[in-house]
Parts: sequence; C-alpha cells; structure tokens
Amino acid sequence: MVEFALPKNSKISGGKTWPKPATATETREFKVYRWNPDDGKNPSVDTYFIDSNDCGPMVLDGLIWIKNHIDPTLTFRRSCREGVCGSCAMNIDGQNTLACTKSMHDVKDGAVKINPLPHQPVVKDLVPDLTNFYAQYASIEPWLKTTTPTPQKEWKQSHEDREKLDGLYECILCACCSTSCPSYWWNSDRFLGPAALLQATRWVKDSRDEATGERLDNLEDPFRLYRCHTIMNCAKACPKSLNPSEAIAELKMKMVERQV
Amino acid sequence: MSEPRTQTVKSMRTPLARVRNLGASHSGTSDFWRQRLTAVAMLLLILPVIIIVMMLLGRNQAGAAQILGSPLVAIVLLLFIIASAWHMKIGMQVVIEDYVHGEKVKLAAIMANNFFSIAVALASIYAILKLSSGV
Repeated sequence: MVEFALPKNSKISGGKTWPKPATATETREFKVYRWNPDDGKNPSVDTYFIDSNDCGPMVLDGLIWIKNHIDPTLTFRRSCREGVCGSCAMNIDGQNTLACTKSMHDVKDGAVKINPLPHQPVVKDLVPDLTNFYAQYASIEPWLKTTTPTPQKEWKQSHEDREKLDGLYECILCACCSTSCPSYWWNSDRFLGPAALLQATRWVKDSRDEATGERLDNLEDPFRLYRCHTIMNCAKACPKSLNPSEAIAELKMKMVERQV
Repeated sequence: MSEPRTQTVKSMRTPLARVRNLGASHSGTSDFWRQRLTAVAMLLLILPVIIIVMMLLGRNQAGAAQILGSPLVAIVLLLFIIASAWHMKIGMQVVIEDYVHGEKVKLAAIMANNFFSIAVALASIYAILKLSSGV
C-alpha cells in the first residue's frame, strides 16, 4: 500500500540554529533540510540567518550566501542562476520551484523553508537522486526519428507546425512538475510523470517525426500514461509556466483518436 | 517528503531497463474512453432517473410495478444501472491501481472489484426486470 507516514530513517529531528551574522542590521531566516549520508543520523532542519543587505534577492542567492559565510557543508545543485538549466529545483515554502527565479521576498511569513524535491531519494541535503527521472526521459526516446533518407539540408517544417511545439520545447527538465505529482509519488516506478510525458508530446507533435505511431504505442499503458488524473499540480509547479497536464490530455486524445 | 537514500543493495539492472521493464501493455485507452462514455451517458440519464425515483417515492410494490411496467421507464433504469456499474468498476480499478502496490493484493482487489460490480449490476437488472414484467 501507499506509505503515508515517513520511514523511520526519514523522520526529521530538530536541527542546529546557527548564530545571526554579527554585523548584520537586517536578517532573513532560512530553515533548510539537512541530511548527511555519512553521519548515520536522521535528517534535520537547520536555521540560518542571512544578512539581507549583503545578499541578492533570490532564494538561491540566500543559499549561496549561507554556503559562503556560514556553513560551507550545505549542499545543493546550481548552475546558470537564471532559470535555464533547472539544476536548483527544490521545494521552497511548500512549492517546487527554481531557487534562482524565486524571490525570497515572495515568501511571505517568517522563515524561508527549503526542502529537497519531494518523494525522491536524497543524495545529500537539497540534492535529490534523479536517476529514475532521467531514465524515464530517455525511455521516451527524445530525438527525431525518421525512415525517409535524410535530406541534403535540414528537415523542413512549416511555421504553423513549428508553432505547435510552443509550450513544449521550453521544458528544462528541472523535475519540479513530476515531483509535485501525487500520481508520480505513488507510482514513479511505472508512471512516466508529467515531465517525460510533456517531452513525449513534444515529439509526438513534431511534424518532422516519422515515428508518431510507435511513440504512442510505447506510451499506451495504464501506468505509463493513464496514471495521470489531471490533478494539475504539475502546471502549478512549473517554473517555466508550462502546462504538462494539457500536454498529457493531448496524448490521451490522440490515443482515443486512433481507436474510435 | 523526500527520504534519505537507503544504502541497501539495489538491483544491478540499468535505470533504463527498470523504466522499460516489461514494456507498454498497449491497453488502457478503452477504459479511459469507456469511463468518459459512461459519464456522458449518466449525465443524460440522471434527470429522467431522478424523476422516476421521485415518482416511485411512497408507493407500494404494486404501484412501483405499475410505473416500471412502462418499457421506457424500465429501459432508462436499465441503461442507468449498466452505465453506473461500469463507471463504478473502472473508477474503483483506477483507485486500486493508484494505491495498492503489492502485486498479489492488487490482483485480488481487482478481481473482487469485478465480482462486486457485476453482482451489483446483475442484482439491480434482475430487480428492475422482475418488477417491470410483474412476474
């Protein structure tokens, strides 16, 4: 059955409260999930105070400030710091989003609470293990598949057909959507999840692709596709304002279209 | 809530092999379609069914048999029972598939769900036919 309680080794104990920076006139409180695979302890939530006058406005700026000034052991992924790479996806104030595009001023009351993406194994602190997520992306075979001999120049596509990929190609695979989806929480071993299915839609709708039917064959499954119940947490979470549940609905429509 | 990665020995299959697993079952679309089909059917039938039930309220068996004697009334009720039992069966199966993860328990639950839905449908159909034909 579904587990509603946390496993024993996941129960969160009280963490350390780090002293406020001595010279700061204005501080912001951060409560951050910590777990170290090497010390054998349960996860905890540490409390930090950052110097608001010495730090950028985004949550990621806050985390980097903590790492630079308070606690160099705090572990998280980040790269582009402008919402393009998808590395710094985490759960901030109860919502999966990118730390680099989320302003800490948008977190209203009290502390900025930060947890790793939900329902993924944790590697350390805010770093989730996304192996399964990436394998699911690989399983939808996200590349152009053709039988017709490759043309001398490029595969051509009309403006109208190219526009059909808008709202799909922008996905950065940050995993905010999939890890916010209850269906994915309960069945991530078999349900492909909103991110992989949105990417599947992107290739199913690509006018240049010649494997549309095979792609649909590969998705037609009570678990791979039909675990989606249009809960729409994915659309709410997406930091790029995409709508995976709409993309999945289009897939289901195509499934019906080729049968009825 | 995320959980610390446990250090148990995992299967040595590659992540892609685990995701692909036994492959797509190439099914699910007919259940998806029938779930919507029966929903629309119930939407159309619910008003006549409510009217019929209200007509039946407070009547004795003879009075009910008289109303159900009309073929139109009986057919509306039969259609409603078929649509709703089917809808119920698919809906419950979705819940089981979502939440029950042990393969054996899941198989037993899906079996029980099928038996229950068919029994409820047949009992209802039998009752309607019996009253409507006055046997």
